Amino acid sequence: MGNRLLEVNNLKLSFFTVSGEVKAVDDISYHVDEQEVIAIVGESGCGKSVSQMTVMQLIQMPPGKILGGEVLYKGKDLLKYGPRSNEMRMIRGAEISMIFQEPMTSLNPVFTVGDQLREIIMVHKKVSKKEAWDLGIQALKSVEIPDAETRMKNYPFEMSGGMRQRVLIAMSVACDSKLIIADEPTTALDVTTQAQVTDLLMSLVKKMKTSLVIVTHNLGLVTRYAERIYVMYAGKFVESGTTEDLITNPKHPYTAGLLSSVPKITGEKQEKLKPIEGFPPSLIDLPPHCAFLPRCPYATDECAYGPYPPMRIVGDNNHMCACYNCIGGQ
Amino acid sequence: MAVSSLSKPILKVENLAMYFPLKKKLGSRERKYVKAVDDISFEVQEGETFGLVGESGCGKTTTGKCILRALDPTDGKVYYKGRDIAKIPIKSIKPIRRELQLIFQDPYGSLDPRQSVYSILKEAIVSDHKFHTRKEINNRVEELLNLVELDPDIGYRYPHEMSGGQRQRLGIARALACSPHLLVCDEPVSALDVSIQAQIINLFKELQKKLGTTYVYIAHDLAVVRHIANRIGVMYLGKLVEVMDSEDIYDNPRHPYTKALISAVPTTDYYIEKKRERIILKGEVPSPINAPSGCPFHPRCVYATGICKKEMPNFKDIGKGHMVACHNL
Ligand SMILES: Nc1ncnc2c1ncn2[C@@H]1O[C@H](COP(=O)(O)OP(=O)(O)OP(=O)(O)O)[C@@H](O)[C@H]1O
Ligand SMILES: Nc1ncnc2c1ncn2[C@@H]1O[C@H](COP(=O)(O)OP(=O)(O)OP(=O)(O)O)[C@@H](O)[C@H]1O
Ligand code: SF4
Ligand SMILES: [Mg+2]
Ligand SMILES: [Mg+2]
Repeated sequence: MGNRLLEVNNLKLSFFTVSGEVKAVDDISYHVDEQEVIAIVGESGCGKSVSQMTVMQLIQMPPGKILGGEVLYKGKDLLKYGPRSNEMRMIRGAEISMIFQEPMTSLNPVFTVGDQLREIIMVHKKVSKKEAWDLGIQALKSVEIPDAETRMKNYPFEMSGGMRQRVLIAMSVACDSKLIIADEPTTALDVTTQAQVTDLLMSLVKKMKTSLVIVTHNLGLVTRYAERIYVMYAGKFVESGTTEDLITNPKHPYTAGLLSSVPKITGEKQEKLKPIEGFPPSLIDLPPHCAFLPRCPYATDECAYGPYPPMRIVGDNNHMCACYNCIGGQ
Repeated sequence: MAVSSLSKPILKVENLAMYFPLKKKLGSRERKYVKAVDDISFEVQEGETFGLVGESGCGKTTTGKCILRALDPTDGKVYYKGRDIAKIPIKSIKPIRRELQLIFQDPYGSLDPRQSVYSILKEAIVSDHKFHTRKEINNRVEELLNLVELDPDIGYRYPHEMSGGQRQRLGIARALACSPHLLVCDEPVSALDVSIQAQIINLFKELQKKLGTTYVYIAHDLAVVRHIANRIGVMYLGKLVEVMDSEDIYDNPRHPYTKALISAVPTTDYYIEKKRERIILKGEVPSPINAPSGCPFHPRCVYATGICKKEMPNFKDIGKGHMVACHNL
């Protein structure tokens, strides 16, 4: 195990809207070690993206408001710096970079790919314009974009979705980021392109000794690539553990439900899927008890009357679960 | 389920082609086409589910639209219950239209936001001319809502007051209003969360058991298609490259593209995933405007030989109705 790179403790962020307080990130704690690949999984609207944007201090405030917690990066609490501080500006990009689902929104449509690469390199490295340009070409080559010299002069819209996603990866490469947060990096892409791009990202992360946080709803993807997983439901983490423990031996009823909901390409064909009944709750006016209760086949009286079950250790390798009735006892 | 030579297909597609003409470039004499669907053939047996998979732009939706005659195919035949409907005048198609229905990815776009659930269903029911009195119609609305497992109280709601999963149930109820024989489902669950996806997939299966409806199920998610379909057709650049029983897609894929596609899909079977063979394709899918000569897959295929560049391989039966278009099997 490497050194702790990022440690998030009890982070809380809400949006204050006309309809009420949206508890998008509700007391989450996690960490990423050097050269580690972790994943945050959960369904739409559970707070995955907001949690990561909070870490990067990219959330609009208001309506957003950080209600507590700390974000320790290499031991320093980033929340102590303001979102617009010089320190945060240097952290974003040079130290931590984010890759979003739709690269069109993170690439500027009116500038060429080369101009944008050059600019970000010059912000983070003391090099001349010419040197930055050459580094840009190298970065494009490292993400296996053919004809890198010509591609530098392309506008984002002249590239395919897979190619644009490679450009974003190239940007993190060019800046030697220590941590990459990839938020649904390949969700908009076709499966074969998805596999191409993710494999490329993984090999670069290995080569550059970078840490990676994969944010996704795709359980197969995390099974393939992540070393550790955090499962998120209604603004909270409900289970965490090594990929092997969590996927082969899920403890939280929600994790188990998710796993039995997805059809598999491998193994025997299942006769029937076992979906989770009902649908996820709104993050406004959440009850004081476990948010999964209305959908949970394991619920007992304790779940309805007790406070929200806290995350606790339920197995080896720091396997943690927030449930009164963890599957398999404990 | 193997195709028995005795069973009669409800749908038979023969050499179907759909070319979209492109605007001519100034001064150029030659007219270019997007060959969205290019000479494909397959059969669908009554009461079964035929899955159509492939990556974005390979021609799945276009195929679906040709089957429903929402598009006039450039060439080929579409036999529905033995009658070729590809070329007959639109007027004579009207009576069959109700038997053929379409379900979209998110029915939101096609649902009138000012209409309540009740009136959306009523409209679909009335168009069938089978139910007339208010009582009959009300009963039918209730029956439809029951079928798709929606609470009857939802009748008073409007589409924007419903969740994605509920809207998809409504979309299905509307498509079922006229008791269709063939449903073309185009990515019906891809916009939904996994836990909701599973609910809708189960619903499709139960409805088929109850009503015997035949499905053409279009999706890019191979695991979903493997789960729901009896037979699967794999498309690449407007061509069908393989058609097989769904059991074979993981156990016995034969076309190099199908193999690559399968290996690209990750699985949550942890121990299997860790030792699966991976095939990573090089490059990207070529444009359907300048599709490669010969086998459309040859520029990316590791098995490609000289003939692959020149000739489109025949779509041949390699046993028990397993069809493959590849020179090097
Ligand atoms: N500016 C905002 N104002 C109010 N609520 C917001 C705002 N931004 C996000 N939210 C809410 O915060 C919650 C978490 O959103 P988030 O985008 O993190 O979800 P997610 O898990 O990333 O989902 P997805 O898988 O769809 O990307 C959602 O309920 C969302 O509606
Ligand atoms: N009306 C049209 N005019 C011109 N080209 C079209 C038209 N409709 C579709 N195409 C083209 O035909 C090809 C096949 O499109 P189609 O929508 O059938 O693909 P698909 O397999 O359904 O893709 P997706 O998975 O993205 O839905 C694409 O290249 C598309 O751009
Ligand atoms: S705490 Fe109770 S309701 Fe929540 S997941 Fe566990 S068993 Fe289910
Ligand atoms: Mg998100
Ligand atoms: Mg389509």
